[in-house]
Amino acid sequence: MTNTALLDASGVAKSFGAVRALTDARLTVAEGEIVALMGANGAGKSTFVKIITGALQPDTGHVLIRGKPALVGSPAEARRSGLVPVYQEPSLIPDLNVTDNLRLTDTPSEPFRHWVSELGITDLAQSDMISDLPLATLRILDLARALAADPDVLLLDEMTAALPTDLVDRVLKTVRGKANDGMGVIYVSHRFTEISDLCDRATVLRDGQTVGDLDIEEGVEDRVVELMLGQKLDLGQRAMPQTTLAQSQTPRLSVRTLAAEPKFSDVSFDLYPGEVLGVVALEGQGQDELFDVLAGFEKPSAGRIEVDGRPVSFTHPADAIAAGLTFVPGNRADALLSQRSVKENIALPFAARLANWGPLNRRHERERVGYAIEKLQIDTRAQGEVQRLSGGNQQKVTIGRWLATGVETLLLFDPTRGIDVRTKRQIYPLVRELAEQGAAILFYTSELEEVPLACDRAVVIFNGRVVDVIDAAEADEQTLMRAAYGLTTTEGAA
Amino acid sequence: MSTHNADTPVVRFGRYLRDNPIIPLLVFLVLMIAVLEVLRPGIVMPIRAGRDGLISTFWVGNLIKFAIPLAMLAACQVLTMLTAGIDLSVGVVATVSAFVCATLSAVWGVTPAILVALAAALAVGVVNGIGVGLVRVHPLIMTLGTGLIATGCLQVYQRLVINAGTHIPEFLAWLGTGRTAGMPNGLIVFVPFALFILWLMRYTGFGRLLFALGSNEHAAKLSGVRAWQVYLALYVLSSLIAALAGLLYLGMIRQTSLSLANPLLLPSVAAAVIGGTSIFGGRGSYAGAIVGALILRVLDTMLTLLQMPEGARTALFGLIILAVTALYVRITGTR
Amino acid sequence: MSRFVRKHAWVSGLAALLVVLLVVTKLIQPSFGVSGLESIARAALPFAFATAGMAVVVIVGGIDLSVASMMAVCAVTAAVLMERMAGIPALIIVLGLGLAMGVINGALIVLTRVPDIVVTLAMLFVWEGAALLILESPGGATADWLEHAIRGSFVFNGLPKAFLVIALGIAIVWLPIRRTKLGLSIYATGSDELAAFRSGVAVGRTKIAAYGICGLFCAMGGLSLAALTGIGEPVPGPYLMASVAAVVLGGVVLGGGKGGLLGPIIAVFILRIIRTILTLLAVDPNVTTIIEGTIMVAVVMLGTAASLRGARR
Repeated sequence: MTNTALLDASGVAKSFGAVRALTDARLTVAEGEIVALMGANGAGKSTFVKIITGALQPDTGHVLIRGKPALVGSPAEARRSGLVPVYQEPSLIPDLNVTDNLRLTDTPSEPFRHWVSELGITDLAQSDMISDLPLATLRILDLARALAADPDVLLLDEMTAALPTDLVDRVLKTVRGKANDGMGVIYVSHRFTEISDLCDRATVLRDGQTVGDLDIEEGVEDRVVELMLGQKLDLGQRAMPQTTLAQSQTPRLSVRTLAAEPKFSDVSFDLYPGEVLGVVALEGQGQDELFDVLAGFEKPSAGRIEVDGRPVSFTHPADAIAAGLTFVPGNRADALLSQRSVKENIALPFAARLANWGPLNRRHERERVGYAIEKLQIDTRAQGEVQRLSGGNQQKVTIGRWLATGVETLLLFDPTRGIDVRTKRQIYPLVRELAEQGAAILFYTSELEEVPLACDRAVVIFNGRVVDVIDAAEADEQTLMRAAYGLTTTEGAA
Repeated sequence: MSTHNADTPVVRFGRYLRDNPIIPLLVFLVLMIAVLEVLRPGIVMPIRAGRDGLISTFWVGNLIKFAIPLAMLAACQVLTMLTAGIDLSVGVVATVSAFVCATLSAVWGVTPAILVALAAALAVGVVNGIGVGLVRVHPLIMTLGTGLIATGCLQVYQRLVINAGTHIPEFLAWLGTGRTAGMPNGLIVFVPFALFILWLMRYTGFGRLLFALGSNEHAAKLSGVRAWQVYLALYVLSSLIAALAGLLYLGMIRQTSLSLANPLLLPSVAAAVIGGTSIFGGRGSYAGAIVGALILRVLDTMLTLLQMPEGARTALFGLIILAVTALYVRITGTR
Repeated sequence: MSRFVRKHAWVSGLAALLVVLLVVTKLIQPSFGVSGLESIARAALPFAFATAGMAVVVIVGGIDLSVASMMAVCAVTAAVLMERMAGIPALIIVLGLGLAMGVINGALIVLTRVPDIVVTLAMLFVWEGAALLILESPGGATADWLEHAIRGSFVFNGLPKAFLVIALGIAIVWLPIRRTKLGLSIYATGSDELAAFRSGVAVGRTKIAAYGICGLFCAMGGLSLAALTGIGEPVPGPYLMASVAAVVLGGVVLGGGKGGLLGPIIAVFILRIIRTILTLLAVDPNVTTIIEGTIMVAVVMLGTAASLRGARR
């Protein structure tokens, strides 16, 4: 190995409006080196990947490939500079066959076929339609296509998710072999086992900065976890959990062996009135789909949902709402009428039912909306259009909608994503208060330090399964992080 | 905290105009009338041509009279556009109801004739609503298709009643052509109608849902709104309004034809778009559409004075729709 | 072989349906023969070209509501030009005009970022107005050879010239493009715009090109309209809904990426033969219009429902 840096990205910064996604991200890859790019949720990893692959332009900083400025501006140009990415979602065209997909990207077919068989796919016909192939095969094809382009640097983004174990081994072996021939690899992953098997180095991002560059060796996991956590902000008082919770009573929400293949399977838990149940999971472990099923957006493929002991099935979110299950989605844009007023947004469920299509009960509406605004301390200076509110206030509006109608079971999906600390500090006590008043709350958060602040218990989901239930009040962040990475229990879940 | 200070003045001004489309629209209307007066001195202000009167009530009454059916059809477009839809069957529905009413009045009498006319509109509206709400066909394609079928039905119907003759109900003629104190009698129907639409949009749960579906259908679903119910009711309402407009138009034109109100379709879309209603949904103003209809009528008079051929008029209306929509996208950055 | 059948099941089914309908026609009217076939092919000409154009833009993931208006512009331009100048240059000018109108549509969609359905709705009126400006009322004249080109049979009795014109027109434009990078890009853009972008496709340029091809087909449609009537007719014909229905029936999914041009063209003939059968059954022509309209709306509704189900999968 030489010391020539194949890829050298430094000082990369990027802002989206007022949000600074990246402030000072660095990454170098030398010839023959495999570098893991790690970071907790929201550390700026995906923005950094987009900049390296040319899908986004950085505000400042540079990306050099073999010492020359990379032609970033479009994926096609990054590809020409010698960097080829394999994305989390296959970037093959579903309605074209294999040959045409190769032609579209000018990929030579001979090396492609070589890599396909090297990676263990034997039954592939060039005339196969992409949309007919299973997901695992598509990932392999994507990788084979990238390898066939003989890149200087290969970027693998969560390459092994949804791959069966034998294929994972093949992929890791092939990538290692290619690296030994001098190719540089950027390996974006959550999986410590693979990283310690495969990678030479780990670069850790936190809050939009590169905070560490570690050689992979025995016990590196703990230091990576430490780096990802970093200096903590004071988020307020730790919750005083309802330890006296009467678990003998009927659970408000009971979920048994619930599955929505292929995203999650075998999820079971009970949620009691007066309880905040945390969901601890890394991104993409099936929690998104779990909440969608509970909110009535998607149908489960198997399993049972009971509300207050009665089995329920939802064909529309209206059914879930009728059963008292109200949902605050992670993406605020999904929940808000961005051009409409705060009042209309909060009062939206009032008009939903056919019986309420007539004249508005404006007094009732004023009272309930006023209650929600006051309770959540929503800043109403720009109430004419919620898109003019700050992110924190927008989030409050989405919660306020259900506060105004009355909360029984609240499904909160990452309610503090991308909002300011002050608002966060207002949200945890509110969640606690709602629980104390008898509501049952399922609370997923991408920021682990929030779990002990708001939750009584937490279920840990890894790879679409519940792998652990922990007492949230006693868990420190280190424990939670290890649990989320599947490190506490046996690796069997992966 | 709030991000609205970061916007450029252009964006803020654009937003202000978008929030209050009535003000610039009225200014524009007055400007257009002024230009018209310059083109043909005395048409609006007879005193300048040496005749009596500062403002010609005859001219103003005429302007309003011809704007009424257009403004009613524009209501169909405003309401459907609120949900990011459009109703291209309104011209045909208006024609059908006028034709059915005129022919059946001669045979069965006025009341049954009007009821049948409304029933025909109801049928079109139900089909539109099912297609858009349940099957999720794009409203533009769906309403275009039903318009086509309705036209075919009208032709068949015409052959069945070819010898029956026509009769224009007196009260429709009175509403359409009569004047009280210089103002057209059509206002007797139109003013309550306009107030109803304004009330429906602002003070009812149904109106709220129209805005909600057009702003973010996902958010509406999340709040428990079953969208198909709203779409069905909306397209039925739109067809009924179109039928009503057709009846009024019948009284105004006092003759029947198989394409009576069809030429009003494009101006009805243009009036709604000019009036500040977004074709992408979630934003719209009926008051704006009424002013939009008046502006189009003045524009029409102007083009006639300039002896602009029919083709240029059609092309111009198309360009107006495109330009206003593109401007909207540019100003707000939203689609 | 089985793969071939499966891949082309829809088109094969359509072809079989077409044959069945032809047999039915023959049963109803035993004298139905070459001349009947020829008149069907001739009547199908403008529909076929409108459908081909619509199919290309639907494959790229868009829709063009202005096809009938563009055809009207081309028809009146052809009639006006051919009255004054030689036929061939006029023909080339008309084809260029169609291409230009299509490119304008596409460029407006890409540049203004206004959705295709809104842009082409507005352009429907703009082109309609333009046709009226060129020729206020039906008039002009077309070259005699243009009319002869679509009348009668070619080489042997039973192969209508009109049929040959459709096949040639589409083959010359589409076949070379289909196998090139541009053709692949059109399918890729309609199939998955993000994946296409990531695969290095210039999405904007591809869309403009697809709309341009649509315009070119509309020019052919306009020319065949002029050839059919011998004059230029400035009012757009009933080609919009018919072309959308034929495209959907032909197996091109609204939303893009799937299907080809063969299916939609067969669908055009199916729709025309249904009309012929209804006429032979002495159904009132106006009732025929209703039935046709209902079939079209039903086809589009079923197609939409099917494609939504596919997307959910």
